[in-house]
Amino acid sequence: MIRLENVTKQFGVVKAVDQVNLHITPGEFLVLIGPSGCGKTTTMKMINRLIDPSAGRILIKGKDISAEDPIQLRRQIGYAIQEIGLLPHMTIADNIALVPRLLKWPKKKQRQRVEELLEMVGLDAATFMHKYPRQLSGGQRQRVGVARALAVDPPIMLMDEPFGALDPITREQMQDEFIKLQEQVKKTIVFVTHDMDEALKFADRVAIMNHGKIIQCDSPEMILRRPANKFVRDFVGSDHTLKQLSLIKVKEAMITDIDTLHPDNTIAQAKELFKRGSSNIVVVAKTGEAIGYINREDLNKTPEDRFVSEITVNSISTVASDKTLKDALTVMLKNDAGYIAVSDENRKPVGLITSSRLRQIVSEPRLNSREEQ
Amino acid sequence: MQYILQNPGTVLKLTLEHIQISLISVAVSIVIGVVIGIILTRIKILQGPVLGLAGVLYTIPSLALFAMLIPFFGLGLKPTVFALILYSQLAIIRNTVSGIETIDPSIIEVAEGMGMTGWQKLFLVELPLGLPVIMAGVRMVTVMAIGVATIASYISAGGLGDLIFLGMQTVDLNVIFAGALPLIILALGADRILVLLQRKLERWREDLPSTGLVKEG
Amino acid sequence: MLQYILTHQAEFMVLLRQHVILTCSAIGLATSIGIPLAILASRIPFLERPVLLLGNLGQTIPSLVILALCIPFLGIGFAPSLAALFLRAILPILMNTFTGIKNVEHGIIEAARGMGMTENQILWKVQIPLTVPVMIAGLRTAVVQAVSLATLAAFAGGGSLGDLIQQGIMMVDQERLMTGAVSTAALALLADFIIGLLQQWLTPQGLKISA
Repeated sequence: MIRLENVTKQFGVVKAVDQVNLHITPGEFLVLIGPSGCGKTTTMKMINRLIDPSAGRILIKGKDISAEDPIQLRRQIGYAIQEIGLLPHMTIADNIALVPRLLKWPKKKQRQRVEELLEMVGLDAATFMHKYPRQLSGGQRQRVGVARALAVDPPIMLMDEPFGALDPITREQMQDEFIKLQEQVKKTIVFVTHDMDEALKFADRVAIMNHGKIIQCDSPEMILRRPANKFVRDFVGSDHTLKQLSLIKVKEAMITDIDTLHPDNTIAQAKELFKRGSSNIVVVAKTGEAIGYINREDLNKTPEDRFVSEITVNSISTVASDKTLKDALTVMLKNDAGYIAVSDENRKPVGLITSSRLRQIVSEPRLNSREEQ
Repeated sequence: MQYILQNPGTVLKLTLEHIQISLISVAVSIVIGVVIGIILTRIKILQGPVLGLAGVLYTIPSLALFAMLIPFFGLGLKPTVFALILYSQLAIIRNTVSGIETIDPSIIEVAEGMGMTGWQKLFLVELPLGLPVIMAGVRMVTVMAIGVATIASYISAGGLGDLIFLGMQTVDLNVIFAGALPLIILALGADRILVLLQRKLERWREDLPSTGLVKEG
Repeated sequence: MLQYILTHQAEFMVLLRQHVILTCSAIGLATSIGIPLAILASRIPFLERPVLLLGNLGQTIPSLVILALCIPFLGIGFAPSLAALFLRAILPILMNTFTGIKNVEHGIIEAARGMGMTENQILWKVQIPLTVPVMIAGLRTAVVQAVSLATLAAFAGGGSLGDLIQQGIMMVDQERLMTGAVSTAALALLADFIIGLLQQWLTPQGLKISA
């Protein structure tokens, strides 16, 4: 989709970007990361010709972009930067419809697109369309920024620290929403950040840059597990383990052989389950939600004609299966729980995460399913 | 140039008079304006009315203001200085207020946290930090005073305006130049000196030297 | 004062009209030349320094000096007065427009460029609308200075309400003096007020909200 061949950019005597080679495949999420001044932003800006390279060439869909009209090129590439990029004198609708207007879309189509995009980024169209950027919170402006970049449904998006100006909580929330959005729209994305957690969260591949060169370009797992050199290792940081947990989805690591019981099942039925070798029993309500669990000792102390409800330990925390292990750990720590249930989108229990399971994953990281693909 | 060369004494005398008028009015204006400005940062509801009034005064054409003061002060230096003080108030009050109010609130908080009294806070924190902005106001006022003082010659205040009026009446470019040249030098010189002073006061404000690299992330 | 105006109605109206005509034509000229010139200068990099230098220099020259310097070249009457007013008024308009365009936040321009706006579109749809408030602030300064200088046009035979002040001082006629002074002051305040309304009206809605 995008190919950089020996791209170099020199500013005076400084080589801001030095012999960079990259091949970004369709639908890939590539994150450029590095300390400030490493050339990541310059590299990104060369893709939409905000900066022209001093040497080397850049191809998009096989065509050398230096031969293309930069204006036309930019209109086909979504571009989102920190919130300052919204034009303060235009309404939200006008901001989003900027490129459609430049491309002279009919008014009605512009309006439809604006409404569609606002809904897509989780803003109520009727409320926000006629507001101005300064009337919005940082998070809302950021959503508008993303919506604007998506306006003409460009196959490629360039994003320069789009969540950089947000407070940590809003940022996290925006990131989660953006991941969901990307699953829907499947763009080829080049994303610049200096935040390693953000990079690991989003990236299919992370390109770590320093002094204008790409030091390592690899999947997040490989970057974490096999850093190419000391620079990468230092850059990734010491909270390595926690970062690894944030890469693994709960559903990829959970214990799936669980059995469920209803509160009005009998103790005899529960014993039967244990006899068949089941060791993980979750008690679920009629609605399907997990409400607790039972211990084997309690089971053995209770007569067989009593009901499960009497020995149910009525507190079990749950985590959604599409969250990461880091989230699961957070829930466990918060509730001081040794294990938690994993629920699917219908809130039905589908598995368990236990503390021993987490220990196991951290000590032998091969469990990660993404690497096996 | 001819006139200057032939009458150096007159030109020098008028220049000194001009400096005197400007200096007195600017000095008094600063004292009054800064004090009012400080009061306005303490009693915020007065900001609107006081700045509004200063704005109205500023808008009145100078000849009209001089004329209005004649019934009270007669002719000469008094109405001139009074008018110049009135004109200066807008710039000095406004800049004092914004100079103090744009100080990072956390700095004020630290000052208060260290147990500074109101006066200590004012003299050790607010005025020093607000000074560059106040100085910008002083610059504007000084250049304005030098300019408006020329018109005051018409109400017998003396100064280089005498030569300008004389030159206008006799349509003599030489005489006009003899007034205009020292005036322009005076205005530019005063502006320059104040810029340097401002820069000196502002040294702590300067950002780190730029590296000349492209702005990154 | 009111009585003076009533008894000298014809004379007063002539002076008032001349004062207004002088000011309006100078402002009209200064705006229609100053704004395009500023836009042009902002587009041509090597003009930046000279424009700033000339502008700052020009703004330190006293109004009376500008008027006086016009007389030997243009004689007395309407022409030198208009020329002086024009020269005085064009500077704040030109400078404010120029610096306004130059000071539009770099990030905003970069975003606009990144979305594929042409340089012309960036100028007309981004830089100029964002500059409007600064531009009108310059216009406001220009108008106040022009009304003020128009008073002084009395000394160049330009004929304005300043005539009343001049005559009042010469003839020690307090009635005439105050009529001239108060009416010019009122005119200046009125002009300032009108520009204030214009500023409200022309400033893009989204810029009125404080960030």
